[in-house]
Amino acid sequence: MRRQPFRAAEGGHLIDRSEPLRFDFDGHRHEGYRGDSLASSLLAAGVRIVARSFKYHRPRGVWGFGPEEPNAMVTTGVREEARPNLKATEVPLSEGLEAFGQNAWPSVSWDLGGAVGLAGGLMPAGFYYKTFMAPARWWYSLYEPLIRRMAGFGPAPRTPDDAFYAKRRIHADVLVAGGGPAGVAAALAAARAGARVVLADENTRFGGDLLRAPGEVGDSDGLAWIDTATAELEAMSHVHLLNRATVAGYYDHNLLTVAERAGEEEGAPGAPAMRLWFVRAREVVIAAGAHERPLLFDGNDRPGVMSASAAGGYAHAYGVLAGRQAVVAGNNDSIYRVARLLRSVGVSIAAVADTRSGGDVRDLPCRAGEAVERVLGSRRVRGVLLRRADGRAGDKGERITCDLVAVSGGWSPAVHLHAQARGSLRYDEERGLILPDRAGGANRSAGAGAGRFDLDGCLEEGWAAGIAAAASSGHERAAGEPPRSPDRNAGEAPVFWQTGGGKRFVDLQYDVTAADVDLAAREGYRSVEHVKRYTALGMGTDQGKTSGMAGLVLLSEALGRPVAQTGTTTFRPPYTPVPMAAMASGLLGEGRDALRRTAADDWHEARGAPFTAAGLWRRPRYYPREGMDEAETIDAEVRETRAGAGIVDVGTLGKVDIQGRDAAAFLDLVYANRMSSLKTGRGRYGLMLREDGRVFDDGVVMRLGENHFYLTTTTAHQHEAMQHIELLLQTVWPELEVYATDVTEHWFAAALAGPGSRALLERAAPELDLSDDAFPMMAVRAATVAGLSALVFRMSFSGELSYEVAVPADHGLALWTRLLTEGREDGLTPYGTEAMGTMRIEKGHVTHAEADGRTTPDDLGLGRMASAGGPAIGKRSLELPALRRNGRQQLVGLSVIDPEARIPPGCQVVESDDMRPAPPLGHVTSFCYSPTLGRALALALVENGRARTGQTVYIASPVIDLSMAAEIVSPVFYDPEGTRLNG
Amino acid sequence: MLLIPCPFCGARDETEFAYGGEAGIERPADPEAATDEAWTDYLCFHDNPKGPHRELWFHRDGCRRWLEVERDTYTHELGAVRLSRP
Repeated sequence: MRRQPFRAAEGGHLIDRSEPLRFDFDGHRHEGYRGDSLASSLLAAGVRIVARSFKYHRPRGVWGFGPEEPNAMVTTGVREEARPNLKATEVPLSEGLEAFGQNAWPSVSWDLGGAVGLAGGLMPAGFYYKTFMAPARWWYSLYEPLIRRMAGFGPAPRTPDDAFYAKRRIHADVLVAGGGPAGVAAALAAARAGARVVLADENTRFGGDLLRAPGEVGDSDGLAWIDTATAELEAMSHVHLLNRATVAGYYDHNLLTVAERAGEEEGAPGAPAMRLWFVRAREVVIAAGAHERPLLFDGNDRPGVMSASAAGGYAHAYGVLAGRQAVVAGNNDSIYRVARLLRSVGVSIAAVADTRSGGDVRDLPCRAGEAVERVLGSRRVRGVLLRRADGRAGDKGERITCDLVAVSGGWSPAVHLHAQARGSLRYDEERGLILPDRAGGANRSAGAGAGRFDLDGCLEEGWAAGIAAAASSGHERAAGEPPRSPDRNAGEAPVFWQTGGGKRFVDLQYDVTAADVDLAAREGYRSVEHVKRYTALGMGTDQGKTSGMAGLVLLSEALGRPVAQTGTTTFRPPYTPVPMAAMASGLLGEGRDALRRTAADDWHEARGAPFTAAGLWRRPRYYPREGMDEAETIDAEVRETRAGAGIVDVGTLGKVDIQGRDAAAFLDLVYANRMSSLKTGRGRYGLMLREDGRVFDDGVVMRLGENHFYLTTTTAHQHEAMQHIELLLQTVWPELEVYATDVTEHWFAAALAGPGSRALLERAAPELDLSDDAFPMMAVRAATVAGLSALVFRMSFSGELSYEVAVPADHGLALWTRLLTEGREDGLTPYGTEAMGTMRIEKGHVTHAEADGRTTPDDLGLGRMASAGGPAIGKRSLELPALRRNGRQQLVGLSVIDPEARIPPGCQVVESDDMRPAPPLGHVTSFCYSPTLGRALALALVENGRARTGQTVYIASPVIDLSMAAEIVSPVFYDPEGTRLNG
Repeated sequence: MLLIPCPFCGARDETEFAYGGEAGIERPADPEAATDEAWTDYLCFHDNPKGPHRELWFHRDGCRRWLEVERDTYTHELGAVRLSRP
């Protein structure tokens, strides 16, 4: 047997017969040619059953030619390379391709699920809602697994997609969506006028409908004209041509996404599997073409029933016979063109049935006024029953043997992009077309997508749209003469949808029949959106491209109202499915965000420190030690710091330089506590509030000069804090002369902590007087530290005697390593964020875990700080009754009674340990094991917490059935008098 | 995605900006003198119209200016964009 029994001896402008390719479908080896789609090569090989349908597992064949394909759903590849839910019409053939038909076990030809269809009745609309109701306990055990097994498309791959996906951004004057005659004419006109043009088309080559059927432009072949035009475009540096690229989404302000299947291009090794373009276009020309409509008759889903233009296209573009003997049926003139194309490759034409009377063509076996009543054959087409289209009584019809039924119900303009841009639609009753009306955004539709179906009209409209779009974007150079075509047959179709009864499928992909739409109407559904969801009409991956119009007309008829009143469902992006991997490209894993590293980061990494994320920063958690686990290491870092000296990288804190005549007055307005009373050389802990009175950020403000301040913000809120400062300066108090500069990146800082820190710093900064009198708490001094010019702050987060040393970031690593070298004999211990966190919990200092956007200063025990001062941001709100009432949650310490207990994350604070559901008193905000106190500690927000001091409560985690007793204590667990701050 | 014509930087993608809520809300000159009701009104009761809306956008990744933008919340059409001033 010939390997491609349904391939004509010659013809097919898309294929290269010198390069045969082998591929496997459902485990069988076949052959096709370079340039084939999987669909065309399957047809050439004589494979007619390509998939099984979604609900009834009926055998299905290839229906269409491109992205409108509802039936031929396949999975390509296996395991991690498996790509489910592809349309065979869109999969290019490649050597060794492995593909599998979907929805069938063990294969599409022998599918056990098909027994559903044999059982006779179909599942009506709403079947799932009506059937799988009760008892409720059967849902998980029986119904859900059953439905999951029977329904759905290809299985989702279980492993990550390791292919490479990319995103690109581009600006254009004119984006042309669609590279058929209208689109190419538009692109050529706009480009000649001088506009920067992007022309994107979903096929492997430009041409649109000219790929499927020949046409004439000027006095030459249409495709030859396309080639000449695109060659001219290609040569222009301001034009970008994209093949295999579907304009998928139209978003606000003319941002469009284009999904380019770049990896399919030959000779493009290393190209991403998909490149998702974001095109910001001044103007858009939508030349998206039209989709052929099906006709509704009994068995219109059988393999062998195919869109007429597709059947003709397989003959013309691929030299493939979609059958040996064809009945071509339809309601418009295109069927004659198709019949001749089929005949030209050797298909014998059994009949051409035209639902209209007249229209007889001598060279074809015409059946004027006749329509297909029923398809004969159960697994594939064996023939059809033709009857009078006007349904005259007594007409028994005539059986005609065939293996291909090519049907055309006219054309539906692809108005998707126009509608996505919120353009309005209108229904042309006479022509039975939904057409673009008012544009929503800077776009215009042209060609078949706007209802012009003749080649000359497409060229004319496309050209005009290109000229207009270029002019709107400011380009008006002369573009020359528009191309013309002798083809001016508009191919108008009278509205005609259905014949007879039986299983007439409207939505082939979701197995929705005409009876389902009727039933939905009888059951009271009126809105087209509700009918869509109830019957699943148009909800498949083809999004109703073939079914939408038929469904709409059926529903309108059932409801007895005009189509225009029924309206369409909402068109939403994407136009065709876009892989999640392409959308997620660049948004996952490493490289998603810029990584901020402090100046000492290399050192932390060299020490093998595990990092934690703090905003965009990464910070070392602890420094691993030989023979010690994580907890032991953190405990050691805490103990050694409290007993001797430790050093921690605090370079991630936000830092803001504030200068200007009104700097002090401004800070009084930004911070809840007064800053203008600070003396030069001194600093103060400060609380920033939001205007609603909640604590927003905290940090230290240092006065470096009369009109010069340096303040720190938290690592977590540094961006918001700076944004807040800039908002106030610009929009509330622009009269203040203040200059705020984010200097976070300019400074590196390290904190030396512990009783040994003074002796160490004395050696590192010999000219600096560190005595308490000369350098008291909260003082700042400029000094040379370890040979580097620095600012030294005396402040403490750990509760120990402590100095923070800040140097310009370029000197950060030098400072860090020199201090460590200097401190070697003192046993200076580098510690990470874990030990830092433990020590701050022991001291009851708050972070954003406590200042969580809901807490006021008083809630956090800092009410006194906010009581003084003037009309700062947020102060007035503190007087509102809601923020002063009793019963607010307040910050407390929880000392766990069992010294062996450890607190897990996510704990509540409750009154009793009976584990019964009860409203919690509050929740744990921070917790640690304190090596200093030898027990687990927590900070918590507890209702009326301060008044409960001394009470026993329970730290509970119901999800892990855990409850432990704890005593409510002051949040300052360690050294409440603060004597250790003096070393 | 919006394309916001920044008067300083030119037309830029929305992703460069941070949203700042309704524009033109004046902070009471003397907060301490405001009644609870007046203060709450200033804090919480902002307009949320379907249609034209004046709002603040911060050009975070650009000039770092707060801009006042007229935006139709239904169509996303933008009107005048200017530097925000009290």
